[in-house]
Amino acid sequence: MHRIGVFVCHCGTNIAATVDVKAVAEAALNETGVVFSADYQYMCSEAGQTLVQDTIKEHKLTGVVVCSCSPRMHEATFRKAAAKAGLNSYMVEIANIREQCSWIHKDMMSGTEKAVILMRAAVAKVKLNAPLTPGQTPVTKRALVIGGGIAGIQTALDIAEAGFDVDIVEKQPTIGGKMTQIDKTFPTLDCASCILTPKMVDCAQNEKIHIYSYSEVESVTGFVGNFTVKIKRKARYIDEKKCTGCGECIEKCPMKKVPNEFNLGLDNRKAIYIPFAQAVPKVATIDSNYCIKLKTGKCGLCSTVCGAGAIDYTQQDTIIEEKYGAIVAATGYNPINIEKFDEFAYSQSPDVITSLELERLMNAAGPSNGTLVRPSYLSNQHDPEAHPHTIVFVQCVGSRSTECRKGSKEYCSKICCMYTAKHAMLIREKYPDTDVYVFYIDVRTPGKLFDEFYRRAVEQYGVHYIKGMVGKVAPKADGKLNVQASDLISNEQLHIDADLVVLATAIEPDKSARSIGTMLTASMDTNDFFTEAHPKLRPVESPTAGVFLSGVAQGPKDIPETVTQASAAAAKVIGILVKDQLTGNPCVAHSDELMCNGCSACEKVCPYGAITYSDKEFRQPDRTVAIRRVASVNPAVCQGCGACTVACPSGAMDLKGFSNQQIMAEVDAICR
Amino acid sequence: MQVNGEFRPLIVAFCCNWCSYAGADLAGTNRLNYPADVKIIRVPCSCRVNPMFVLRAFQRGADGVILCGCHPGDCHYTSGNYFTRRRMTLLFSMLDYFGIEKERTRVEWVSAAEGAKFAKTMNEFVEAVTKLGENKRLEDLRCKK
Repeated sequence: MHRIGVFVCHCGTNIAATVDVKAVAEAALNETGVVFSADYQYMCSEAGQTLVQDTIKEHKLTGVVVCSCSPRMHEATFRKAAAKAGLNSYMVEIANIREQCSWIHKDMMSGTEKAVILMRAAVAKVKLNAPLTPGQTPVTKRALVIGGGIAGIQTALDIAEAGFDVDIVEKQPTIGGKMTQIDKTFPTLDCASCILTPKMVDCAQNEKIHIYSYSEVESVTGFVGNFTVKIKRKARYIDEKKCTGCGECIEKCPMKKVPNEFNLGLDNRKAIYIPFAQAVPKVATIDSNYCIKLKTGKCGLCSTVCGAGAIDYTQQDTIIEEKYGAIVAATGYNPINIEKFDEFAYSQSPDVITSLELERLMNAAGPSNGTLVRPSYLSNQHDPEAHPHTIVFVQCVGSRSTECRKGSKEYCSKICCMYTAKHAMLIREKYPDTDVYVFYIDVRTPGKLFDEFYRRAVEQYGVHYIKGMVGKVAPKADGKLNVQASDLISNEQLHIDADLVVLATAIEPDKSARSIGTMLTASMDTNDFFTEAHPKLRPVESPTAGVFLSGVAQGPKDIPETVTQASAAAAKVIGILVKDQLTGNPCVAHSDELMCNGCSACEKVCPYGAITYSDKEFRQPDRTVAIRRVASVNPAVCQGCGACTVACPSGAMDLKGFSNQQIMAEVDAICR
Repeated sequence: MQVNGEFRPLIVAFCCNWCSYAGADLAGTNRLNYPADVKIIRVPCSCRVNPMFVLRAFQRGADGVILCGCHPGDCHYTSGNYFTRRRMTLLFSMLDYFGIEKERTRVEWVSAAEGAKFAKTMNEFVEAVTKLGENKRLEDLRCKK
């Protein structure tokens, strides 16, 4: 038998002014199952809650309906109150007679009438409520960070600082990411390596952090608190434990013509290599695409010189399996491929370079040892022609583009305005004899000390900023580059003979992001950036529970913002890892195995991958045992949207707290 | 339903918990009026609305049914409203074939910030349904007391 109590709130005059609360309370008594009704000035007050609690005990209520403000406001309050009185907190329903009744209707009669109907619907629903207990799942106290750039490093350091184990998976032979390739950072102009490499060393030395370099995530299963991840450790043909990073092998390697990806192909490296001097881990890697020994079986010089005996040509890719409680995607970015941008002659002239290539050219550890030279003179740096005198920067190459050219992006890459100002300023400071032009659509400098920085480039360093786009870069016979551009302010066509053209290329998420997103069942936008759970209020969480976002994987951002987000993601991860048990939302889907026909319709619509199928034994009416394929929902993963309940053709799938019967009862009560 | 000799429609509105229900709350907070004929049922996501619920409402005498969800791309559950959009397009065209006019059924995207849009939508919808009058087509007379 139902014993329902109905409590009608006046909310001062907020409700009582347009709803006859006493009439609503009286009408409630006409409903079958209602044994008690009352109205009170402020139901959410201490006295109001005591009234609810006392009535639950006194009348042995099995369900409570509170006619008051929106459940978004006080549902939790009344659920807690009910739980204190010994009633399951999910046996409470709210009829929203304030926001959705008294506040929008002026007429007492229609207001009261509607309030009665809403009360009836809530009573009809609460009669079908079942006591629910939130599920508890244990938490694996270890985190995984995918990507070892500055975002991943900062996240890992913060998690480790809180005392939890954390693994970094980095596909390159070293952690550090894009920031290792950058020369100086805006707006303070401190050297990127100087601030990054100590953090890389901290990672290596921290006992709580384990770095899987030259490794990739192979598969992810499980759910928040209990992820199982397979990590592929690519064969580097070096025993990481033995290698001391002395570099003897690199010295002796005869294969010298391998494009050096760290310097973006501006110079060459050996087939056995350490990407850069401060690499972490400082362990050599053999590039199997170029190694003579691995390709032809002859050579083997490196193993003869290696005193540590670290070289192992027979090494294979290995797969390891680890368990994690939370995962952070910090997969980072790459500049877009601009070979389709023919007008800038990037593929035709070595003197047309991207901004990242310029970073390497200006870096003391770069191919020209920090002397700015035209890339066409890299092998002949002392030639008087090697020094560029006129340099043209082109902004928004591939960013903010409305044309549907392959590779161009609609979004603003955010960092280009600032790094171009930095490049222009650094060049003018070091080489006052140069003329530097910057062509821009807009200069966007929001950020602390950013606009001041840009103005310094213009006012103090005399960089020529010209509003307008470059239409064409044409290589000339004398090796110069003819830059044709329009100045939109003076409305003139400009022809500049430049020695060097630098393109501020758009940045895009790393190519691996899409497959990692699929593995994590984390949603992504059309540009392959990870989507946040809420763009304003949950910016570092993915909609998939237990998956967090850090750095450019979520959207273009500069280093300070990346570090901020990385620490925020770490805080969220720590919030999960400190718990021994995770409490779930009990309003989740569940499948009636007797009705399920194993069609997989629910599995296909589930955005969280919460539904799995398994073969189960069922006793038949004739006492034989049949094996059927049936769906089961993992309550820890299910978020309770209910998409599966509608997709299910046999009606086996239902949602606790919002069951088919409950909603139908509400419809019936409203349409009575 | 006849009230004082004047026809008042019975409208069932299904609102998703995250956007539209909050949008309806905001309409209330801002005291934006819309007719009391609209009765809101809270569902976690617009994709929770089984076509069965819509049919049931018409069967029990509702004159119009409206579904409100988050804007496409903004679904709290990432993709729920896309299912709603497809399911309801099919259902509504079938209902139209049965004689439940297209104006009696509607899917609208209302965000939690669009209280004004919620009120406006409801005003328009009620007006459209009122013009059509009572829904007799699917009403199951056995349900009438």
